[in-house]
Amino acid sequence: MKRLIEFFKQSEFLRDPGFAWMRDMEFLPHLLAYVVAFVVVFSIFGIYAMFTIWMERKVSAHMQSRVGPMRTGGWHGWAQSIADAVKLFFKEDIRPSATNMILWIAAPGLVFCAALAGFVALPITQGWVVNDLNLGVFYIVAITSIEVVGVIMAGWASNNKWSLLGAIRGGAQVVSYEIPAAMAVMVPVLMAGSFSLTKIVNAQQGAWFIWASPWLFLAAILYFLSSIAACKRAPFDMPEAESELVAGFHTEYSGLRFAFFFMEEYASVFIVSGIFACCFLGGWHLPFADLSFDSGFMVFVGALICIAKIMFMVFMQMWIRWTLPRLRVDQVMTVGYKYLTPFAFLAVVGAAIYEYAGWNWIPYVY
Amino acid sequence: MKPDTEQYIDVPTQEMLISMGPQHPATHGVLRLVIKADGEIITWADVDVGNLHRAEEKIGQSLKYPQFVPYTDRLDYLAGMNNNLGYCLSVEKLLGVEVPDRASYIRTIVCELNRIASHLVAFGTYSLDLGAWTPLLYAFREREWILKLFEQICGARMTFNYIRIGGVAADLTPEWVADCRRFLDEQEKRWHEYNRILSGNQIFIKRTADVATVTGPDAIDFGWTGPCLRASGVDFDLRRDFPYLVYDKVDWDVCVGEGLKGTVGDCYDRYWVRMLEIIESVRIVRQCLDALPEGDIKAPKLKKVIKPPAGEAYVRTENPKGEVGYFVVSDGSNIPYRVRIRAPSFNNLSIIPKVLPGLMVADVVAFIGSLDIVLGEVDR
Repeated sequence: MKRLIEFFKQSEFLRDPGFAWMRDMEFLPHLLAYVVAFVVVFSIFGIYAMFTIWMERKVSAHMQSRVGPMRTGGWHGWAQSIADAVKLFFKEDIRPSATNMILWIAAPGLVFCAALAGFVALPITQGWVVNDLNLGVFYIVAITSIEVVGVIMAGWASNNKWSLLGAIRGGAQVVSYEIPAAMAVMVPVLMAGSFSLTKIVNAQQGAWFIWASPWLFLAAILYFLSSIAACKRAPFDMPEAESELVAGFHTEYSGLRFAFFFMEEYASVFIVSGIFACCFLGGWHLPFADLSFDSGFMVFVGALICIAKIMFMVFMQMWIRWTLPRLRVDQVMTVGYKYLTPFAFLAVVGAAIYEYAGWNWIPYVY
Repeated sequence: MKPDTEQYIDVPTQEMLISMGPQHPATHGVLRLVIKADGEIITWADVDVGNLHRAEEKIGQSLKYPQFVPYTDRLDYLAGMNNNLGYCLSVEKLLGVEVPDRASYIRTIVCELNRIASHLVAFGTYSLDLGAWTPLLYAFREREWILKLFEQICGARMTFNYIRIGGVAADLTPEWVADCRRFLDEQEKRWHEYNRILSGNQIFIKRTADVATVTGPDAIDFGWTGPCLRASGVDFDLRRDFPYLVYDKVDWDVCVGEGLKGTVGDCYDRYWVRMLEIIESVRIVRQCLDALPEGDIKAPKLKKVIKPPAGEAYVRTENPKGEVGYFVVSDGSNIPYRVRIRAPSFNNLSIIPKVLPGLMVADVVAFIGSLDIVLGEVDR
C-alpha cells in the first residue's frame, strides 16, 4: 500500500499542468491508491466467490453421489457460477411494498461492505496485504461483526415474520459466537506478541501454532467451530434455516440484492478461513521447511501455499455443511455460551501460563 | 441509587401469529399450520387442510369399479401400490372373488417394495427437514432403483395402476426377480450407511430424542395408526393382527418403539420404527420371492364387467403411513354407490393442536417430518 501511494506521488501524470489545481492536495495519491486497491480486492474477491460457489456445488454433489453441474461452459460446468451471476443480474428487482425502503435497500450493501472490509488486513503472502494494520486481527474481528447489523436491518425492514425470526436468531447467534471466536484468536496473538497478521504468520516460521501447545490446539478447534457459527453456515445456519424459516432474513430479497447476501456468506467463509490459516496453520510457511520469502518468486509460492491452506479450510466448512443436520436455536446458544466461551477463556489463561513458564512444545522466534 | 429493576421484569411481549404454509418448504406439500409464537416458543397451533382437495370420493362414486383404481394412486402418491391394494381388496370382498396365490404373492412383494420406497422418502425428507441434505440423496438413490423395478412391471414410476380387481396387471419375469434380489442385498448394505450418517449423529439425536413425545393412550385417542402408533409403544400391526395377502405365511416382526434414545413415542422413535420397517420389508420380500408359486395372476372366473351384488364392504390395510380403509357400497350396478376412504395421514395430523404448544419453531418441523404425512392423502 505504501509503495502504491509512493508510486502515485512520484508518477508523471500528476505533474501534468492539467492537474495543477489538485497538485497540492495531499490526499490525492492516497485516494488513487485506495481506489486501485479496492478494484483489485473486489475483482479477486469476485473471482474467488464464483469459484467457491462452483466448488461448493461440485463438493456437495460428489458427497451426495451426484455429479453437479456438468454442461455449462464445457469442462465440469465451470461456467455455472457466471451463468448464475448473469441470471441474478438481469432479474427483475422486486421490492415488497410494505418494506422499510431505506433499511431494506441499505442492508445488502452494509453486509457486503462489512465482509469486503475484512479483506483489507488479511495477508495472502509476505507483503501482499492491502494494509498491514498493527491491530489486524482485532480489526478483522471487529469489522466483520458489523454484518450482523445488516442482517438485523434486512430482517426488520422486510416486514416478514420469517425474516424477523431469522434476523433475531442471526443477531443472537453471531453476537454470541463472536466472543469465543475473538478469545480463541487471542491465543496466537499471545504467542506471537502482536495483533498484526503478518507478524503472527512470521512467528510460525518452521512450526505451526496449531501444534505449539495444547492450548493452541484447543483454540484452533474453538475458533473453527465458532467461526462456522459466525459465518451462519450449517450446522449453525439458524438465520436462514431454509426448512424452518423459508429463507430467513433474506426471504424477501431476489436478484442482485440476494446475490450480495450470497457473496457475503462466501466472503465471510474466506475471511475466517484466512484467519485460521494465518493464525494456526502458519500462513505461507511450510512445516519443517525454512523458506525465506525475499525473492518475488518465493513470495508468489507463499501466496499459493497460503491460498491452498485457506481453500482447505473452506473445504472443511463445506464438508461439515453437507454432512451434519442443523442444531436447534436453543442448542446453538447452549453450545456457544456453556461450552465454547468458557473453554475459550480457559485456552487464553492456559496459553498465558504456558507462555510465561516457557512450556510450549515447539520453540519459535519473533 | 439502586437501578430500577422493576421495569425490566415484565417486558411487554407480543405473540406472533404465523401462517406456516401452504407454501413452506417443510410442510410436505400444501399443509398450512397456523401458529402463535412467543419468540421461538409456540403457544397455540392449529392445522388448516384442504388445499389439495380433489373430491376423490365423489369421483369414486361416479366411475366404474375398475376405473377408480388409477385414482387411488393419487391419494398417497408415495405408496401407490398399497392404495391400489386397499381398493381392490374391498371390491373383491364385495364380489366374493378368490385371488390366485401367485397374484397374492406378487401383491405382497410390490406392496412391501413400495413400503420401502415410502419409508426411504420419509427418512430422506426428515433429514432434509432437520437440515441435512445428503441423506435425502442417499435415500432417493435406492428409491430410484425401486421405481425402476416398478417401471419394468407396469410402465409407471409413481402412479402404477398395477394391482387390479382380481389380480395384478402383469406377471413378474425371472429377470425382474433376479434384479429385485440384487436390490434387496444392496438395500440391506446401504441401510447401515444411513445409520452411519444420520441415525447415530449426535445433533440428530439431540434434535429428535424427547421431542414431541406422544404417549400410547394419546396416540390411540387421536386415531393414530401405522408406524406413528407403533412408535408410541402400541404393538399393533394389521398385517399381523388381521392378516391379508400372505403376511401370515412369512416370518417377520412388528417393530415397536422402545425409546431408544429418549422416551417412548418421541420423534426419534417414529424415525427409528420406519428405519426398522425397511429391514423387515426386505425380509418379507425376500421370503416372498423364494416362495413365489406358479399359476395365474388374475382371478380366472372374473367377468369383464364388474357388477358386484348389492351390499357393502370395508377392508383396512396397513399402508406405509398407517391404516387405510376403503368402504365401498354397491347398489348392484357397475358404478359404486359410495366410496369412502380412511386416510391415515389425516388422522395422524389431528394431534397437532395438542402436541405443538410449548415446543419451539424448529421442533414443529421435526414433529411434522416425523409424522410422515402426504397431503394427497390428507385432502383426498
